[in-house]
Amino acid sequence: MGWLTPLETGGFQAPGVDSFDFPPPFPGVPWLDKYMIQAIVSVFLVAGFWLIMARKNKMVPTKGQFVGETAYFFVRNSIARDMLGHDFKRYLPLLIALFSFILVNNLYGVFPLTLLPTFSHVGWAYGLAALVWVIYNAAGIIRHGPGGYLKRTCLPSGVPWYMWWLIIPLEFISNIIVRPITLSLRLFANMFAGHLLVLVFVIGGEYLLFESEPIVNKVAGAVALVFSMAIFGLEIFVQCLQAFIFTVLTAQYISSAIAEEH
Amino acid sequence: MLTPMELTGSLGIVGYGLGAIGPGIGVGLIFASVIQGTARQPEARGAMMGTAWIGFAVTEALAIIGIALAFVFSGQ
Repeated sequence: MGWLTPLETGGFQAPGVDSFDFPPPFPGVPWLDKYMIQAIVSVFLVAGFWLIMARKNKMVPTKGQFVGETAYFFVRNSIARDMLGHDFKRYLPLLIALFSFILVNNLYGVFPLTLLPTFSHVGWAYGLAALVWVIYNAAGIIRHGPGGYLKRTCLPSGVPWYMWWLIIPLEFISNIIVRPITLSLRLFANMFAGHLLVLVFVIGGEYLLFESEPIVNKVAGAVALVFSMAIFGLEIFVQCLQAFIFTVLTAQYISSAIAEEH
Repeated sequence: MLTPMELTGSLGIVGYGLGAIGPGIGVGLIFASVIQGTARQPEARGAMMGTAWIGFAVTEALAIIGIALAFVFSGQ
């Protein structure tokens, strides 16, 4: 990580992979690191939000109920119903839980007390994608049976027989193997790269402003610090977008697994 | 021997820069089509945006795999 080191001072450490290593706050429990604490808190936040929103529903909604209903209808109408069609209700709880859990954990990246998106640690993204992988394969197997599901997944209808040797391995790799990998890597790498971008602007700007001598560097550092606010705005957009895309792709994978015709 | 400029670091970063060209063009094409489609038929915008986000995610996956591989190969 030495390629950004200025020659005359040699003091600047560019943010890198090791910026994501946080020692566990309690020495006795090594698994309870910052990511784990954030995820546990987010579970209570999400569950509390939906429980409070679902508690006292009236015919004429109050302001709080309006917020909850808007969030619920967003996932229900523009994700679940558009993607899954008429039997979307079975998968709606999963989609809502996924969307709100990912959204809260992503927004940790701009929340001042945490400033670290949970999914910038790749293991969390792997876990979530493994859950989705199990669910969409199980949904397809329950609907079509193991053989029928495998046939529908690996062989799109209308392929002439002399192309089977090419299409079947390609579809198997793309639908069974690559899907969970891209699903997890997309979420992880967006959060990772976004957090790294913020770190470059903030740490680099701070270094230029306070620890370097030339006046040009100080101006550049101040501009970088101001501009980091715009980067935070971009991050909020990317975090919401990734939560949305993860949920949309989950719905799409389930819908293609349970579809009658591939 | 005096070298005019010395650069240290990882070629993986340059590789990622090259690898991001393709997804960049792809994402640009997707949203160019959405803008054109919206201009031609504004009421179809919602349907187009849903498809566009999926296409965006699939295209962007290439750049994402690229950045992951850039970190994987940066140590070698």
